[in-house]
Amino acid sequence: MGWSAWILPGLVAITLVAALRRRVPVYDEFVAGAAEGVRLGLRLIPLVIGIYVAVGLFRESGALAWAAGAAAPVLAHLGFPPEILPLMLIRPFSNAAAMGVITDLLAQHGPDSFVGLLASVMQGSSETTFYVAALYLGSIGIRRSLHAVHLCLLGDLAGYVAALWVTSLLFLV
Amino acid sequence: MVNVLWAAMILASIVFAALQGDIGVVTTALFAQAANGLAVALNLLAIITVWFGISRIAARAGLLDAVARVIAPLLRPLFPGVPPGHPSLTAVALNLAANVLGLANAATPFGLAAMKELQRLNPRPDTVTPAMITFLALNSACATLLPATAIALRAQAGASDPAIIIAPAAIASGAAMVFVLLVDRWLRPHAPRREP
Repeated sequence: MGWSAWILPGLVAITLVAALRRRVPVYDEFVAGAAEGVRLGLRLIPLVIGIYVAVGLFRESGALAWAAGAAAPVLAHLGFPPEILPLMLIRPFSNAAAMGVITDLLAQHGPDSFVGLLASVMQGSSETTFYVAALYLGSIGIRRSLHAVHLCLLGDLAGYVAALWVTSLLFLV
Repeated sequence: MVNVLWAAMILASIVFAALQGDIGVVTTALFAQAANGLAVALNLLAIITVWFGISRIAARAGLLDAVARVIAPLLRPLFPGVPPGHPSLTAVALNLAANVLGLANAATPFGLAAMKELQRLNPRPDTVTPAMITFLALNSACATLLPATAIALRAQAGASDPAIIIAPAAIASGAAMVFVLLVDRWLRPHAPRREP
């Protein structure tokens, strides 16, 4: 994946060259845009802390492990290996926590095992949905979110089911 | 939904800690996680600051218009209420492009910019618009061509072929995206009629 490391530097280089050719005062414009970023970033601090507190408490108190255990029979019925449950539950809420769970799964089952492959595909095909929705809606002060969050969580569920289906199809012979 | 889920998670945690006879964990975790969240938020602030700066240069160089000209027409059918050429479509396009390429750090600032622009079209600023719902849904189930995080974690764990998941992840995320867009389209007439 060596070439993917070039995407970002390439974008920055293209931007700067194109701007200089148009005689854009690049540093002044950077500072003006960055100032807007700072204002937005400051508004995000309470939103992020709020989510981290809720997710962290849920994990540390053992509630996450219990919920995973309770949901296990239902999901096993659909063909999901029970080991994958904590990942499914935590993924919409916290990217860092999901990465921790995956690292754990890869270490325990091996990255080339079915559980390891499924966990990796799931990580690649889902988002930190709840976190993103709360952040995006909160950043512009939306209070009535209607069915927005439900739809996003449904999108994650669809991603999980699709990941299970594709992984089984490709790697379970 | 956000309010209810948030309260439910915290209350469930307190009940759980109490049942397990370790109520002290709530106090410890409360402040530890707040500090954790602050660290993440500050990191996010730094990333947003840099990206907003760079994307402003890109806008002045005319690059964002070029991106918008290429991608925005593809987005038009998904956002019927957004006027053609509106800056929100550019931000949506850039956010999706960053998502597809697995550049999570770049996606968030563009996503926030898109919400800000969509809010300008919102007749009722406290209520989400159909266009915002479509955008959030797209964002949550976006086709990913380069699941960079998963590949990095696999490489770290010593996988024989860390990148083997690229194709399955692309297929799974693409299928989820189509599904979510169909559900969104199906739900749209049921939601209160308020274009965009």
